[in-house]
Amino acid sequence: MQLIACPWCGPREEVEFSYGGQAHVPYPDSPAELSDEEWAHYVFFRDNPKGRFAERWNHSAGCRRWFNAIRDTTTYRFERVYRLDDPKRGGTELASSRKEGTAP
Amino acid sequence: MAELLRTHPLEAWRADFERLPGTVGITVEPYVAVVDVRLGTVGAEASAALGVDLPTAPNTWVPTGTGRAVWLGPDEWLLTSTTETPEELEARVRAAVLPLGGSATDVSAQRIGLRLTGARVRDVLAKGCSIDLHPRVFGRGSSAQTTLGQAGVVLLALSDSADDHVVLVRSSFAGYLADWLLDAALEFTSVPLTHDR
Amino acid sequence: MTSPFRAPEGGRIDRAGTVEFTFDGQVLTGHPGDTLASALLANGRHQVATSIKLGRPRGIAAAWAEDPGGLVQIEEPFPEPMLLATTVELHDGLAAHGLPGQGRLADVPDSARYDAVHHHVDVLVVGAGPAGLAAALTAARAGARVALVDEQSEAGGSLLSGTERLDDAPALDWAADAVAELAGSPEVLHLQRTTAFGSYDDGFVLALERRTDHLGAAAPKHVSRQRVWRIRARSIVLATGAHERPVVFADNDRPGIMLAGAARTFLHRYGVLPGREAVVFTTNDSAYDAALDLRRAGVRVQAVVDARPEGSPRREECEHAGIRVLSGAVVTGTQGVERVTHALVAPFADGAVGPSSAIACDLLLVSGGWNPAVHLFSQARGRLRYDEVLGAFLPGEALDGLTVTGSAAGVFDLAGCLADGQRGARAALTALAIAPAGEDRLPATPDPVVPTAPLVLWRVPDTSGADGSTSFVDLQRDATVADIARAVGAGLRSIEHIKRYTTIGTAHDQGKTSGVLTSGIVAELLGIPVQATGTTTFRPPYTPVAFAALAGRDRGRLFDPERVTALHEWHVAAGAVFEDVGQWKRPRYYPQPGEDMQTAVLRECAAARTGVGILDGSTLGKIDVQGPDAAVLLDRLYTNLISSLKVGSVRYGVMCGVDGMVIDDGTVLRLAEDRFLVLTTTGGAAKILDWMEEWAQTEWPDLRVHCTSVTEQWVTFPVVGPRSRDVVGAVFPGVDVSNEAFPFMTWRDTTLDGVPVRLARISFSGELAFEVYVNPWYAVAVWQRLLDAGRPYGITPYGTETMHVLRAEKGYPIVGQDTDGTVSPHDLGMAWAVSKKKPDFVGKRSFARPANADPLRKQLVGLLPVDRETVLPEGSQVIDFLADGQLPPPPVPMLGHVTSSYRSAELARPFALALVKGGRERIGDTVHVPVNGTLVPVEVTGSVLVDPEGARRDG
Repeated sequence: MQLIACPWCGPREEVEFSYGGQAHVPYPDSPAELSDEEWAHYVFFRDNPKGRFAERWNHSAGCRRWFNAIRDTTTYRFERVYRLDDPKRGGTELASSRKEGTAP
Repeated sequence: MAELLRTHPLEAWRADFERLPGTVGITVEPYVAVVDVRLGTVGAEASAALGVDLPTAPNTWVPTGTGRAVWLGPDEWLLTSTTETPEELEARVRAAVLPLGGSATDVSAQRIGLRLTGARVRDVLAKGCSIDLHPRVFGRGSSAQTTLGQAGVVLLALSDSADDHVVLVRSSFAGYLADWLLDAALEFTSVPLTHDR
Repeated sequence: MTSPFRAPEGGRIDRAGTVEFTFDGQVLTGHPGDTLASALLANGRHQVATSIKLGRPRGIAAAWAEDPGGLVQIEEPFPEPMLLATTVELHDGLAAHGLPGQGRLADVPDSARYDAVHHHVDVLVVGAGPAGLAAALTAARAGARVALVDEQSEAGGSLLSGTERLDDAPALDWAADAVAELAGSPEVLHLQRTTAFGSYDDGFVLALERRTDHLGAAAPKHVSRQRVWRIRARSIVLATGAHERPVVFADNDRPGIMLAGAARTFLHRYGVLPGREAVVFTTNDSAYDAALDLRRAGVRVQAVVDARPEGSPRREECEHAGIRVLSGAVVTGTQGVERVTHALVAPFADGAVGPSSAIACDLLLVSGGWNPAVHLFSQARGRLRYDEVLGAFLPGEALDGLTVTGSAAGVFDLAGCLADGQRGARAALTALAIAPAGEDRLPATPDPVVPTAPLVLWRVPDTSGADGSTSFVDLQRDATVADIARAVGAGLRSIEHIKRYTTIGTAHDQGKTSGVLTSGIVAELLGIPVQATGTTTFRPPYTPVAFAALAGRDRGRLFDPERVTALHEWHVAAGAVFEDVGQWKRPRYYPQPGEDMQTAVLRECAAARTGVGILDGSTLGKIDVQGPDAAVLLDRLYTNLISSLKVGSVRYGVMCGVDGMVIDDGTVLRLAEDRFLVLTTTGGAAKILDWMEEWAQTEWPDLRVHCTSVTEQWVTFPVVGPRSRDVVGAVFPGVDVSNEAFPFMTWRDTTLDGVPVRLARISFSGELAFEVYVNPWYAVAVWQRLLDAGRPYGITPYGTETMHVLRAEKGYPIVGQDTDGTVSPHDLGMAWAVSKKKPDFVGKRSFARPANADPLRKQLVGLLPVDRETVLPEGSQVIDFLADGQLPPPPVPMLGHVTSSYRSAELARPFALALVKGGRERIGDTVHVPVNGTLVPVEVTGSVLVDPEGARRDG
């Protein structure tokens, strides 16, 4: 049972959290202007890296706040967590971060 | 016409609670007015408007004179009042926080409260609560939203010796949690519990 | 009463007490403090069972959980299979019999209690041997929060099996003092009979405490029999000791063949002589202690057979005691059927075996060295390294928050173990920034004898002619050297593959004695280093754990929480039959005497359509949405326009995922310009609140809006039917319930005896209906008022089944029943609920994808069985005939499936809803549904079967 450090509540057992998939995939500004393929990429496609990954988590059994985390998908270790309003945004240096909803 | 009678979801459990020894005391908290307060930033303005210093440290609660203010999240609190009706409390708090971009919602019946007292309370809670309840870690003024057994709860520490807690639980889970607590307390009581459930 | 093989003195058993037990039907006695194994041995009984495949006699070969031989089935006090005689503590009334490798589960419910406890510490010490006790003392003296767990019935570890001295006194005196000191430390939890069986992430260790097993019938019923400790440690010190390893030779599985250290344990701990005439076969010095101790206890030790050419410096000690030492010799085989009678001993040099001669014995002790118990370290993903000198795998790296000490780390002398335990605890304290105590003295040890290096010997070459087929590596699986050779010959190289091919290490001991042997033998056969072979992966549990223990208290009533509404007791008293809706218990119907479900539901339906019915709808999800931007959020999440809703009005809305598929539906009440009450489905309550929070927090944090669950803040009672206006009007005289003053899809607030009540004209049945909302404190009283007022009209409480029939007759879908995540609002015929005005909302862009405009998408339609009798089973496939009326050849194309199906009182026939390809184009067609092997013709209709004009909703 891993511990996940909620940015507010501190370390809690992982069962208190729910997973929200890849972080930094914002809702497109103007979905109507996207091609079907671009929209499909927003809806269905996510990265699946081996190694560091920026993810969204929700402390669903606690304070119910969403936050982001950098986690290594090979070791499951959380490198760090950061709030959604963290100006550093944390994940920008990751290969997995990308601009909103556009096809690669 | 007669006044509308109130009922409590744990009516049928009271007799069993009363049979418990003092080391694992369980009592049903009386109904009080409770609002869920949402407020982005907490400053002097909010405190003045509410008449309460909302706690900003995560996982804490403070007494307010007529109730408690419990931290639920960085922009969310429970405010209780023993001197107002639910409607009065919601109206007052809503009026106070609305201009500040906040909200207030009457949740008086959303949860029920149980008071757990006695030397064995920590042992009972440890059977289903994964957070550290050592009095040095979870002393008076501590609170936590977590799970107890399989029920989501808000846990408040009322003493510095881990022998006085309030558990708030969603009303629909009250029976489950009451059964769970009685079962957890069984090894600390020599009195057989008869409540047939 | 003295058992024939009980030593005249010694042991930690209570010789004054007698315990009577039954084994294989034979009544025997032992003493308190015995295990089943030690009591059997004291009675001269080595053979416990026969082996799983070959049926060979097998006996007790070790003294604890590493024993591969002594499997038993407990019959009394409660049936339990697959336990080891060595780990079952003896108690009065115990009845057991030997097992040929497979057990039998109990066929009666287990009446014992099991539980789990969370515990948090600074330092967890696993193992209460010399290293563990030293570590626990050091941590406790520093004031740390400490847990010390140990699997034996008493602390001491290896000290229990020997005669060591500390501070010039028996070492167990020191252990007793240590235990007493720990007991006096308020922050120390010391648990014996507690096996740490799994180590996981972030200092999380699971340990099983056997609390009452040893008490037998005297076990108190209100105390859990076993407890799973869920220990979260900031730092872990492993002092788990080591397992002795055998050497493989031909016919090495006979009863009477046992690990040398085990014989010491039986002697010193239980006062048992495991035989009269012993041969000791060893590759290292440790077995000399067994030889000498047994000799002193009166056992005739025929020979110590030491595979090392130079033998041991302890040879002289042995010879002085009259024990012959054969250096450069090995045991090549044994004789005897149900018990070893002879050891075959031969010279051994440079890997070659000379001619053998037989030495008579009834006990053959074997020691091939010691395997550190690295299981918990390895489970925590610690890498192991092979030590060429010890012939064993040791912790090969430092792990954060976990230190391995003592013989688990390859330190085998007493002084070294004590010092290493202290070192481990100090390292843990330092990492936690806890200052060690000033006074932390270790006991003085006698000068150790400098041991000679062990010989690493996995197996003795088979000269018996059996070609390794009687040289057992894993006794529990009857797997031999020949099996490993076959695996390697088949081309397998990975130790993991060889494990699965040979099944070695898959039995209930999980390879405690066989694992490293297999690695060594495989390396030898492949001619590669043992390090390259490695070990198989160590996984929890370290020793078997009963499912009952893992289930703990989550059984029966506590298995899954039952959520109930404020009216639950009323429903029970009214004789409701309940159904599970998620975790909720909801009344399904209220049968009257003599009624079955069909009759009851038809009655309830008729009441709601012709008179008045009442439902407990309190489980509906309710979300209070507040803030200046509340309408903006709802406009973005609902497919239809919410912002245009007037205060005092209600609107039905649909929510979709970004893929455009329906995720929930319900009604929205506008309470104020900046406040809405959102109603979700019962199952969608938590999901939709999370959905709103997710968008509000992660995408639109700029919106000034807050969402709060009020599901349990309000009970909801729909009062339904043509007479509902009479009932509601009577109970709430302050409200003008006329259609003009209180039209459909509006709400009004009122009070009842000062208690606020909200009424809403919402209908999920197509009938005139009012939903009554009130604080659940008053639920019972308000429900009763409504029943009283409805009595003149025959008000009929109805359950979820009737609710479903009524809504299905109107073609109202249930999300999750008539939808499955692939259904859009258009598929449901709800294009009317999809706004064309809003520039965007969640799901909108997906509606423009070509796939969503496919005319062959499955659409919700009604089905009427032509025979007017068949109730189509939900989930049935809908199929089409060919143009010529013939069934197409298989695979028969499927048009869709039945999603809801009921008998209708109103229609006087069964009907169904179904998702059918291009369904709306097929209205009027006849299609077929296979039911129990026959094809039932059904007419495709629109989804609204009752009152399609909507004439009834206003009464």
